[in-house]
Amino acid sequence: MMDEIGKALATDLDGAFPTVVEQMGKRLYWGLRRMSADHQEAEDLTQETFIRAYRALGGYDSQRIHELRLEGWLWTIALNLGRNHARDRARRPTYVELQEKGVEDPEVADGAAWDRRLSALNSHQRTAVVLRHVNGLGVGEIAEATGRPEGTVKADIHRGLARLREVLEDEE
Amino acid sequence: MSIDTQLAQLIGDLPAGTSEGVALGTGMADGFDIYPTAIGDVVVSFNPEGVSSVDIADDTFTQRFESRFDRPLLRAEPPKDWGRHIPQALDEGRPGKLPVDLRSVTPFQAEVLDRTATIPKGEVRPYAWLANEVQRPKAVRAAGSAVANNPIPLIIPCHRVVRSDGHVGNYSLGGPHNKEELLEYEGAPPQWLEDLAGKRIRLRGNTSTGIVCHPTCRAIRRSKESNVIDFRSLGDAVDAGYRPCELCRPTP
Repeated sequence: MMDEIGKALATDLDGAFPTVVEQMGKRLYWGLRRMSADHQEAEDLTQETFIRAYRALGGYDSQRIHELRLEGWLWTIALNLGRNHARDRARRPTYVELQEKGVEDPEVADGAAWDRRLSALNSHQRTAVVLRHVNGLGVGEIAEATGRPEGTVKADIHRGLARLREVLEDEE
Repeated sequence: MSIDTQLAQLIGDLPAGTSEGVALGTGMADGFDIYPTAIGDVVVSFNPEGVSSVDIADDTFTQRFESRFDRPLLRAEPPKDWGRHIPQALDEGRPGKLPVDLRSVTPFQAEVLDRTATIPKGEVRPYAWLANEVQRPKAVRAAGSAVANNPIPLIIPCHRVVRSDGHVGNYSLGGPHNKEELLEYEGAPPQWLEDLAGKRIRLRGNTSTGIVCHPTCRAIRRSKESNVIDFRSLGDAVDAGYRPCELCRPTP
């Protein structure tokens, strides 16, 4: 599946990019949502990540696009953006049709409960646990996206899960 | 249920508006908003590069945009960095602090439009003047079609470009009556321009300074009426000992 998108991106960036947003957007958004516990923040970062990705892809040759591991690469961009994206936001138009219709928070069932549990983790653990278990990324991809050694990532996931278990036991 | 199974179920749907936000941010789509002007409501379109289009806010502007620019048009707020300058640019008839996106026209046309944007409010210039300004004095027709294709009327004030014989001429944004209304509003009454054109008066000189101008140039309009002399061509004026105004740079 991802291979097909990679091929399409390499030959027709503008034609294929909306499909990437459609397929990867929910993965980025919901990962970021659980990391930040904030709808607006997650949505802003999701959009900004795709905008940066689109610009970067425009400068890549097809070989490089083929070799991309798309989700890991997008996560590298997303995590590098962090909180420094406010200035960029001011440079682009913002969609308003939704504001007028009054769109609700798209929260999933139990989302708020998981934010509360995840808040017991430090930010490295929280990021690693979300990427590993919400998004299903491999330890290698997480190490690349976060810029932390694999051993450290494994420890973050391990301790993070242990902490979550304690929190869940306390709930019972 | 184990923790990892529960966590794996936390991916929901793509939030509404994400695709549109990305399309606007990458420039794969443009945004638009509606603004009031002296000739009624207009739709201004924009992308991260700048303002891309101004059109009449009727029922079909979206289709016109999409067929001309080959990308979708979405209801949006302009970028915070420069969006607040749009009303002023529309009223003054010059981009000012507003970036303009002229990627839809050729480099030559963009150059002509850049020069068009320097014509002051209340003044007009003929097509031949534009051709001369871009160092292509023979390309009068090409300059004319650049102006006719202006994607950003009002902000790039193509209504201030008139026929080389001085007649007011055509206008793409809703027809010639809008051009007349704008010129009237800006202080270059079309009836006066037509009168001068009818008398074949193309330039006017000031007898005390010896300078010859376009009739709407602020320099000659500040002159006392008793000091003003009419000319049919720059050649006539030069033969009479006049030199071309440095503000409005009249052409032969």
